[in-house]
Amino acid sequence: MRDLASILPLRVENLAFEAEGKALLGPVSFKLPKGGITAIIGPNGAGKSLLLRLCHGLIAPASGRAEWATEGGLLAGRKGHAMVFQRPVMLRRSARANLQHAVSVAGAGRRVAEALQRFGLEPLAERPARLLSGGEQQRLALARAWLLAPEVLFLDEPSSQLDPGATRQIEAILLGLASEGVTLLMTTHDLGQARRLARRVLFLHRGQLVEDAEAHAFFAAPRTEEARAFVAGDLLW
Amino acid sequence: MDITAAFSEALQLILGADAKFLQIVGLSLRVTLTAVLLAALIGLPLGAWLAISRFSGRALVIVFVNGLMGLPPVVAGLVVFLLLSRAGPLGSWGLLFTPTAMVIAQTVLVLPIVIALTRGTIEELWREYREHLASLGVNGWRAVPTLLWDGRFALATGLLAGFGRASAEVGAVLIVGGNIANYTRTMTTTIALETSKGDLPLALGLGIVLMALTLLINALAFGASRIGQRFAG
Ligand SMILES: Nc1ncnc2c1ncn2[C@@H]1O[C@H](COP(=O)(O)OP(=O)(O)OP(=O)(O)O)[C@@H](O)[C@H]1O
Ligand SMILES: [Mg+2]
Repeated sequence: MRDLASILPLRVENLAFEAEGKALLGPVSFKLPKGGITAIIGPNGAGKSLLLRLCHGLIAPASGRAEWATEGGLLAGRKGHAMVFQRPVMLRRSARANLQHAVSVAGAGRRVAEALQRFGLEPLAERPARLLSGGEQQRLALARAWLLAPEVLFLDEPSSQLDPGATRQIEAILLGLASEGVTLLMTTHDLGQARRLARRVLFLHRGQLVEDAEAHAFFAAPRTEEARAFVAGDLLW
Repeated sequence: MDITAAFSEALQLILGADAKFLQIVGLSLRVTLTAVLLAALIGLPLGAWLAISRFSGRALVIVFVNGLMGLPPVVAGLVVFLLLSRAGPLGSWGLLFTPTAMVIAQTVLVLPIVIALTRGTIEELWREYREHLASLGVNGWRAVPTLLWDGRFALATGLLAGFGRASAEVGAVLIVGGNIANYTRTMTTTIALETSKGDLPLALGLGIVLMALTLLINALAFGASRIGQRFAG
């Protein structure tokens, strides 16, 4: 049964990216159905961030496509897709003004006050966003994406610079979002995190999608040599 | 006349709010502020557009505008003079030797500063914000308001620099204004004239006001960049 108003599934077909004549990603194919958390894992430089940016439409593929179920798939806005970057961009304004900006330009969904409360940002609301700690900025970036009421949320290393406490906090937020029906596609370097959160794993290596598997099956017994080495910590790049 | 007496008379002019004196200060401020305002209205959007657009010859335009920042005021004055003189293309407007002509000349002087500083500031912000804004569905010129606002402190400093340049220059306003008493006589042109005529108190008094103005501008610029640093983290 397909939700007619949904932008999902996202169909990625032979998606490839190159720069200066060098193939950096792909061709990659997979389908992202509605619901759940999918983790993209793989060593540094494997092409994880590129894949997210291609799916989000920030960069144009060299060939192939990422196609949403509805015409074009909406960027931001209701029933759209939003992204939290590996290094979130903080506007030179207060935390609250960062949220207000997203709402006013993307013209979307939820209330700023609600976002501040839900993400525990009320005490930080008037502080300049760029002076917040890494963890606080990450939470602000999540709140900013949540404001747009996206159906799909792309997350690039949402907790790569955070301490264990802040990481747990972010993970709780992500699980909460998933339970509310948001579809999450995230990259992570933290295999423990992938195990804790993901239902499905996409393993990228040198720009190729080497494995696409259920998370528990992947971690119990990776099918490929590279994935086995990666999980064991022996695959560097 | 000895210097001490000149000083005390100059102070009397300032503190006594001498009408002629205030008229000169008032005209100078009005001309320069109007010129800076005009330059901001034209230069901020133009600089922002130059920052985010890509066209062939863009590098040339940037080098040209940067070069114009060093345009000698007398040359700006000469160009505007030629445009506005009776035989010039805009001669029929009858603007030569009016305050409006001085505003035009100073706008020409300030505009390159505003455009160049805006271009630099906005281009740097654009590099940093581009993907985030694209992710919010904001591309191209629609990003300009966000970029201008986030560059507000650097841009304010640029406008103050423009104000400093315009309020201190003498060549342009002298050529197109003509230094007509009670009409187009500004602080700098009066100082130049009165010093050579020997009316030192008036020249000194205006010099003191001009210096105070320069200090004020620099204090404001300093304050703006301090607050800006706070937001830039
Ligand atoms: N615009 C570009 N021009 C040239 N090379 C690029 C460009 N963007 C990315 N790359 C290269 O593509 C490769 C994949 O980059 P990507 O950022 O997707 O890696 P990643 O898997 O996210 O790595 P990490 O785990 O370190 O974040 C890298 O080798 C990177 O240097
Ligand atoms: Mg990455």
